[in-house]
Amino acid sequence: MSQRDSKAGVESVLGIKDLKVYFYTEEGEIRAVDGVSFDMRRGRITALVGESGCGKSVTSYSILRLIQKPGMIVGGSIVFRPNGGKAVDVTALDEKSDELFNLRGGKISMIFQEPMTALSPVHTVGNQICEAILLHQDVTEDEARERAIEMLGKVGIPGPEKRVDQYPFEMSGGMRQRVVIAMALVCNPEILIADEPTTALDVTIQAQIMGLIKELQRDLGTSTLLITHDLGVVAQLADDVAVMYLGRIVEQGPVRDIMKDPKHPYTQGLLKSLPSLAMEKARLPSIEGSVPSLTEIPSGCPFHPRCPHSKENICNMGAPPPLENLSDERTAACVRIRDLEAANG
Amino acid sequence: MAEPILQVRDLCKHFPIKSKGFFKKRVALVKASDGISFDLKRGETLGLVGESGCGKTTTGRSILRALEPTSGEVLFRSGPDEVNLARLPASELKPLRTRMQMIFQDPFSSLNPRMTVGAIVREPLDIHGIGGKAEREEKVAHMLEKVGLKPEHKSRYPHAFSGGQRQRIGIARALIMHPELVVCDEAVSALDVSVQAQVINLLQDLQKDLGLTYIFIAHDLSVVKHICDRIAVMYAGRIVELATTEQLFENPMHPYTKALLSAVPNPDPDQPMNMELKGEVADPGNLPSGCAFHPRCTVCVEGCRSAVPELVKQPDGRTVACHGVTNMGEPTPTGGTPPEEGKGRGQCASPQEGSRRKE
Repeated sequence: MSQRDSKAGVESVLGIKDLKVYFYTEEGEIRAVDGVSFDMRRGRITALVGESGCGKSVTSYSILRLIQKPGMIVGGSIVFRPNGGKAVDVTALDEKSDELFNLRGGKISMIFQEPMTALSPVHTVGNQICEAILLHQDVTEDEARERAIEMLGKVGIPGPEKRVDQYPFEMSGGMRQRVVIAMALVCNPEILIADEPTTALDVTIQAQIMGLIKELQRDLGTSTLLITHDLGVVAQLADDVAVMYLGRIVEQGPVRDIMKDPKHPYTQGLLKSLPSLAMEKARLPSIEGSVPSLTEIPSGCPFHPRCPHSKENICNMGAPPPLENLSDERTAACVRIRDLEAANG
Repeated sequence: MAEPILQVRDLCKHFPIKSKGFFKKRVALVKASDGISFDLKRGETLGLVGESGCGKTTTGRSILRALEPTSGEVLFRSGPDEVNLARLPASELKPLRTRMQMIFQDPFSSLNPRMTVGAIVREPLDIHGIGGKAEREEKVAHMLEKVGLKPEHKSRYPHAFSGGQRQRIGIARALIMHPELVVCDEAVSALDVSVQAQVINLLQDLQKDLGLTYIFIAHDLSVVKHICDRIAVMYAGRIVELATTEQLFENPMHPYTKALLSAVPNPDPDQPMNMELKGEVADPGNLPSGCAFHPRCTVCVEGCRSAVPELVKQPDGRTVACHGVTNMGEPTPTGGTPPEEGKGRGQCASPQEGSRRKE
């Protein structure tokens, strides 16, 4: 893993700065994403991980400007730096502009969680893939069909010439997810956003799809943003990780560092509460309580009511702690992190 | 712990697929669970694992007669009597319902949104007419406390609770009758990791306190490993391997078990996964001939295509349904490579001996 050492050599393909996405509902303002900053480095798989409601999906939807009312991007920037092109702030684009239209499904594309609902039931998979090609590329219908068949073959669908004329209901869940991946990759995007791409699948199929994503990333050099709650998938697939809790990033860094030596108490708790295949049978260490509702985000550090290291008058006061550098590549948001480090020797 | 609380013998649940139109001709038969046999000891936790569509839920429900089994026996021992649940008339079944309960997967759809938590947990007592009003309320309050909720929660509605708390409500409802046998159908699958650990701990504590016997249906192998004493791996409606948790995880014998274990993503990035299984789960309406796993199997031999393998007892006590394992103690590839040496598994298990599991 020598590429990991040369941080300066890997440029950022997508830079998110202080992103804020709020939802204005009857229960009040819901801060789904509240000051998220991270960089996606070119050609790598960056994982956003966290429990349900932590804002990982909302963050990814913002990149394509898919946030719908009552939600709104209220602050921050998402700067996309295409290869050899001019950097563009996605949040500043007009909703109906051609530029945004060209990004969606063109330069930046997305794989959704549910392969059942992400595909139209009344069009053949070939038609659905061709639609994306014809929208973004200047080719004839026959050429588009050729490309669709080629792509279906590339994602490991046997007999793509036959499958191209089938409807999604004629395929299994794993096959459908392959079609969704083919559709996302057919325009050679620079950024692929994969929102829980394997969550709805069985383990053996999940393993196949994970292998496919990794292979395609290696072959095509696509930068991937992987949204998941499964830490096993993160460890096996990602290069960089950002852990989210209640709309904020609490810790980020290279995958090996985070999984082997987590610094933030939330990441530590999350990893410890995993029943692992290697572990001896014992009581599972768990995180106290449950994730609070987004309408009642605790003051100070949002994690302090569940944190085993929380200290009165330090953790529950003031603004949420900012991300601080721990090393070149790692940051964590915890005011007591140096105390904890010292206590652990 | 001596006698089994439950003996399942050759349990089958088949669903006919009927054609559309007037005659409703039977066009296919889905063998959702087919020839399931196992014993369950009192206080034990048996895991049923497999991928979606393998029949683990159907098996769980057929055991409790939530589904009418097509054939087979389910011998349930409650006190001194042993009854065959599969053949019992409905009138005799109802009182037995208090002895066995189910915990469901989805904490959002398994609770009636228009009933208060108190009413949900009290409903089994109402149905079976147990105790007076005050006694029931007291039991409900006690049960809520036992699963980690507060008695004052009973006047609230399910929507006011998080996923983990709702699952606790479902557990309280299942346990208020003090059942002996509880079928947990994917009871922790819908929960977030941090909450999942709490509910697993709760289930284990309650098992110890109340002497429960669990059938734990799940697809997440790491959870199953944590909670189960023995594990039955299912594929296409049949049990392919039944072993103690240690045996299964240390030395899986059936090729499908091996593939399933290797497909679990390890949270340690230095332990790369290496899953070689190709293809997809067999279509239950149109199973391959012989061993249903043979089209995906890497060690498939000639006989696998024609004959369905029986569960055969192995020297270490587990049972495996695989021609490769039955014939040479360890499956060998078609090429005839000798079995891996140095594993201390030289003896052959005679195929005649104990072709059905007996204990």
